[in-house]
Amino acid sequence: MSDHAKLSLAGLGKSFGSVPAVVDVDLSLRSGEFVSLLGPSGCGKTTTLRMIAGFMKPTAGSISMNGAEMSSPANVVPPEKRGMSMIFQSYAIWPNMTVGENVAFGLKLRKLGNAEVTERVNRILDTVQLRHLKDRYPAELSGGQQQRVALARAIVIEPEVLLLDEPLSNLDANLREEMRSEIRRLHDAFKITTVYVTHDQSEAMVTSDRIVVMNHGRIDQVDDPVSLYNRPRTRFVAGFIGRTNFLDGRVDGSQIVFPGFTVPVASAPDAAGLTGAVSFSVRPQTIDVAPERADGPGWWVAGQIAERSYLGEYWEYVVRPDGSDLKLRVTTPPTTVYEAGQAVWARIDPSRIARVPAPDKAG
Amino acid sequence: MSLSTTSLRRRSFDPLMFLWIVLAAVLVFLVVNPLFQLVNTSLQEVDTGNFTLMNYVAAYSRPRYLLAMWNSVRLGFCVTALCLIFAVPMAWAVSRTDMPGKGIIRMLVLGAFITPPYLGAIGWILLAGPNSGWLNRIYMGITGASEGLFNIYSFEGLAFNIAVYSFPYIFIFTSAALDLVSSEMEDAANILGAGVMRTTFKVTLPMVLPAIMGGAIITFLEAIALFGSPALIAIPARFNVVTTQLLQFFSQPIRSEVAAAYAVPLLLITVVLFGLQRWLVHRRGFVALTGKGGERRIMELGPWRWVMLGYSLFVLSLSVLMPYIVLSQAALAKAWGRGFAWDNMTFHNFYYLLFQHETAAQSVVNSFTYAAAAACIAITLGLSIAYIVSRRLLPYAGILSFLAMAPFVVPGIVLAIAFYAAYAPPPFTLYGTATILILAFATRFLPIGYVNADAAIRSINPEMEEAVRILGGGRLVAIRKVMAPLMKRNLIGAWLLVFIPATRELSSALFLYGPKTRTMSVMLMDMSEEGNFEHLAALGFLLLAATLAIVGLASALLGRDFMLRRERS
Repeated sequence: MSDHAKLSLAGLGKSFGSVPAVVDVDLSLRSGEFVSLLGPSGCGKTTTLRMIAGFMKPTAGSISMNGAEMSSPANVVPPEKRGMSMIFQSYAIWPNMTVGENVAFGLKLRKLGNAEVTERVNRILDTVQLRHLKDRYPAELSGGQQQRVALARAIVIEPEVLLLDEPLSNLDANLREEMRSEIRRLHDAFKITTVYVTHDQSEAMVTSDRIVVMNHGRIDQVDDPVSLYNRPRTRFVAGFIGRTNFLDGRVDGSQIVFPGFTVPVASAPDAAGLTGAVSFSVRPQTIDVAPERADGPGWWVAGQIAERSYLGEYWEYVVRPDGSDLKLRVTTPPTTVYEAGQAVWARIDPSRIARVPAPDKAG
Repeated sequence: MSLSTTSLRRRSFDPLMFLWIVLAAVLVFLVVNPLFQLVNTSLQEVDTGNFTLMNYVAAYSRPRYLLAMWNSVRLGFCVTALCLIFAVPMAWAVSRTDMPGKGIIRMLVLGAFITPPYLGAIGWILLAGPNSGWLNRIYMGITGASEGLFNIYSFEGLAFNIAVYSFPYIFIFTSAALDLVSSEMEDAANILGAGVMRTTFKVTLPMVLPAIMGGAIITFLEAIALFGSPALIAIPARFNVVTTQLLQFFSQPIRSEVAAAYAVPLLLITVVLFGLQRWLVHRRGFVALTGKGGERRIMELGPWRWVMLGYSLFVLSLSVLMPYIVLSQAALAKAWGRGFAWDNMTFHNFYYLLFQHETAAQSVVNSFTYAAAAACIAITLGLSIAYIVSRRLLPYAGILSFLAMAPFVVPGIVLAIAFYAAYAPPPFTLYGTATILILAFATRFLPIGYVNADAAIRSINPEMEEAVRILGGGRLVAIRKVMAPLMKRNLIGAWLLVFIPATRELSSALFLYGPKTRTMSVMLMDMSEEGNFEHLAALGFLLLAATLAIVGLASALLGRDFMLRRERS
């Protein structure tokens, strides 16, 4: 827990009866940082967010903001006393109030003067391009517009921390892409410390400074999007962020034996400590396919095309190394065409693969 | 650690805990204590208070008491059978076929649903009283027979009369279930070669059978718990059912301990059958129907749709059209037997009731004020409990919701005897007061209030409230600024759903009223003994007109179907 942390979670846990939902979560956010909690449904990310908001009491650990304790199993500062704001999955725009009234609500609770309320409401509505809808009721708005009202309402109070609970999951695909950029744009403009919960990895990658990948109530990895993609530390992270191939092999003397091919230990990344069972995550687009073996560096694997699919933006092939059942998923530019059954060589670039735990001790 | 536990203890003693205790106390007063006193009274000697089983011996030793029970059981089965015949084809036609005039049929079913059965009984006395009833006079006029064909004063007459006002229960259950059966299920049978009839009988009906059975059980329970119609029909016909027998235990000298002993089995049967009903409706068979239901197509009946319309109108003319016509005629007649003629028309009956009769006008005022007060209590209680339960604010909130639903399985007449046992004697001595009537009504309809308040709360996403809180507003701000405005419409609907049946409640009123606290329903029973059908009809007419006006208002406010919608619990 560093001194300049805006928000920090220490050993945070939540159990429902004997069922643990969140286990031992440690996380600390710098002021102005945008952090996503990413994971499949049931991984504990929403529970964590609701504990940060003060809607739920933790059963272990604590949450503090600006150095002051907000939540512990003994005491919870109620949500209304935290100076945070939140955007809900359902937007929770109050249908009995106009857009203007919705946005002004938090300001009025802070007993600001009418002139200032009006000025700030107008300014934020301009920012989200909704000024012309100020006197409309939410029922008359589209989903995207409601989303903008929710953003404006949450940001206008300039909260200590902004929380977002899967805010885009009710929008259609195009709007979702537009809104995730919008959220990042607003963050860049206001620099509000933000915690964003999502199960969509591309949302997290586009918006976040750092991503917290959660699984079974625990944090698997916390990293910036680039490192997370290129250096996953667990099989779960490797499989959840983008698609990947797992190479599971065994160190035998100076060689690593994979199904169907063998490579020198020295050529593997972090070769120093490799013993016993070893596994690597290999992204499909880091594998090249060639009709003949060439002289380039890397691990050359002889095999044949087992399946192929054309997806317009790229070809997807499944290469089966000779003498194995391994299926290597490979994506290549649309101009690289091979026939199913054709004998090919796949080239794996060891500098672009990541070591992950072997399956038996995988999480 | 000691510091944190003290702060924990201090926090958990918040105002919500106080609210929990208040609600629990109120529910103990309204629900637990009366039922406890009912059982207690049935097991005590009157003078000494010693434990005894003699009350049960007294209640079950006479053959005519047992005969009354047998009559109730027979009545329940006959009514249920008739209701099935009335309701199932109609529900099927309305929800699955191209029968014309569905809107009118639904409206008339609603009419049958809101008609107090005792008023319908009076209508049918005018229609099928031996010799003098309209139907008998028409029959004799046509055939020249010297005796009428129909006699409402008979077991068959009673069963028929109750059935024409009870079938809406089965109608509601069946049509709600049919509305959920996806056409794709029927298509699946069709594509495999089954015709329309075969599909209906092999696929559609079996799927809704649990719902039909559920409705049938409710009908059975209503029929055996009903008091008004048996009092008007069975007593003159010189036979007893359980409810009329209970009234006799309550005539001087009042033997409430025997009444209590006699009422306990009625309570037990009701509890068991409601349990069975819930089990049936929630079994796998019905689960298959929940969810969106998919697309539904309407079955084309060809010329048969006119047959179905004719059948539906026939049933509804029995329960609504004919009785309403003769009641209106009697209400506006100098002498109803002189028939439809201008010189027989008068408004004197209304004038008499409202301005000349000693207590009739007061009874109108009583009915509406008691019902309004009871509705306010039931909704306030129901809303508070539902809020605590749905927000999981406090532990053991489930107990509150169980107690709030418990009166649902207590027949009105049993509840009245329980209230009598609990609050007629000192220290409360509430017998005959407005207070006991209002409390009894509020208790009787508390489940309706609770279920609807709960639905109102559940219809609002909790995030609406959380959004207020995270922006800095407390729970009270959230309730005042967001929850209350959003629930207003639903709560008015819930209030009306309690108010409407409370205005016509008879069975619990009849055992608890005093000289100054007669309700319209009690007044009607009193006047029926005088045998002045013009005044009786006029009073009934007032009650109906008021009910129709309120239902009309509610329909405008809440949508036409608000009462026929099946509540899901």
